[in-house]
Amino acid sequence: MANNILIVIFVTSLATYLSRFLGVVSAEKIKETSKMFRWFNCLAYSTLAALIARILTFPSGTLSEVDYLIRIIVVILSIAIFYLTKKNLVYPTLFSVIILSFFSSYL
Amino acid sequence: MINLKYFFKGFASIKGVGSPAIALGASFIAIGALLKNLGFSIQESIFSTFLTYALPGSLVMAESMLIGASLINIFIAVWLVNARLYPMTVSLMPLLMHKNQPRWKYYLSCHFIAVSSWLIMKDNYENIGKENRIDFWIGIGTATWSVAIVSTVIGYVASDFLNKDILIGLAIVNPIYFICMMIGAMKTIQISLSVALGTILGPAFYFLSPEWCILFGGFTAGTIAFLFGEKNGK
Repeated sequence: MANNILIVIFVTSLATYLSRFLGVVSAEKIKETSKMFRWFNCLAYSTLAALIARILTFPSGTLSEVDYLIRIIVVILSIAIFYLTKKNLVYPTLFSVIILSFFSSYL
Repeated sequence: MINLKYFFKGFASIKGVGSPAIALGASFIAIGALLKNLGFSIQESIFSTFLTYALPGSLVMAESMLIGASLINIFIAVWLVNARLYPMTVSLMPLLMHKNQPRWKYYLSCHFIAVSSWLIMKDNYENIGKENRIDFWIGIGTATWSVAIVSTVIGYVASDFLNKDILIGLAIVNPIYFICMMIGAMKTIQISLSVALGTILGPAFYFLSPEWCILFGGFTAGTIAFLFGEKNGK
């Protein structure tokens, strides 16, 4: 079924904005010192962690062409660099793209 | 209307050692190239990042179009993968709300909530007075959003030069950035446990349901972490 691209973009953005919008509506009634707030804070971090772990363990796009072991090695090395550079975020991100492009071209 | 001093302070967050620009740039360059291959025009690609500004959602949109999914299926698939934005918004906005600020700012700027901008705001909000946090946030949001839009254009234009190996390299940057940011945020029992359990349960629930694993895994992990933290001093 060939959808009009503009309509697809609109539907996608609507589906995305919906969660953000409802989030603000709920947030109007939640105090930052409440238990509810702390619970949602935990949910936000855990859902993010689940998303990232899923992307790395069961990738859907181009990443799925990289061997499982190589993905793990790149992640561990990047975290090590993050600590070695006193929590600099630029070095591990730059490192990861270079090392993975290298691995996938030569291995 | 918007306090420019705090706006630019927020905008400046894309510079420096904590910069999300490389991670954001890399992933939206990949999106730009992907959209071009899907047959989008450059205007449509810009429009897509401009309006959606959430990476997994755009990826799901692209995948759904490839298999020819119906509009309602696209809506559900995108909503599912971006539903994480709900707890993220609920756990950010109360920190920014102030009675002296107009409400439209909150409903408009919630569009900027994405993983990188959210993590930056969470990392910095304590340094900003509560009344000015929303303007600081709008600065962060405008900056990260602009990087995403410009990168989409770069990716679209450069797509012929981006071979498979480069695209694979670009795909790892965002997860790496998020992992490092989250490790940096693990300062309380609740957050550390949420991150650790989410990392395990997200993929574990994949075996039960690939579509729902992020929400089920995240919900279970976050709730356990919350209850454990409440009993053991956060």
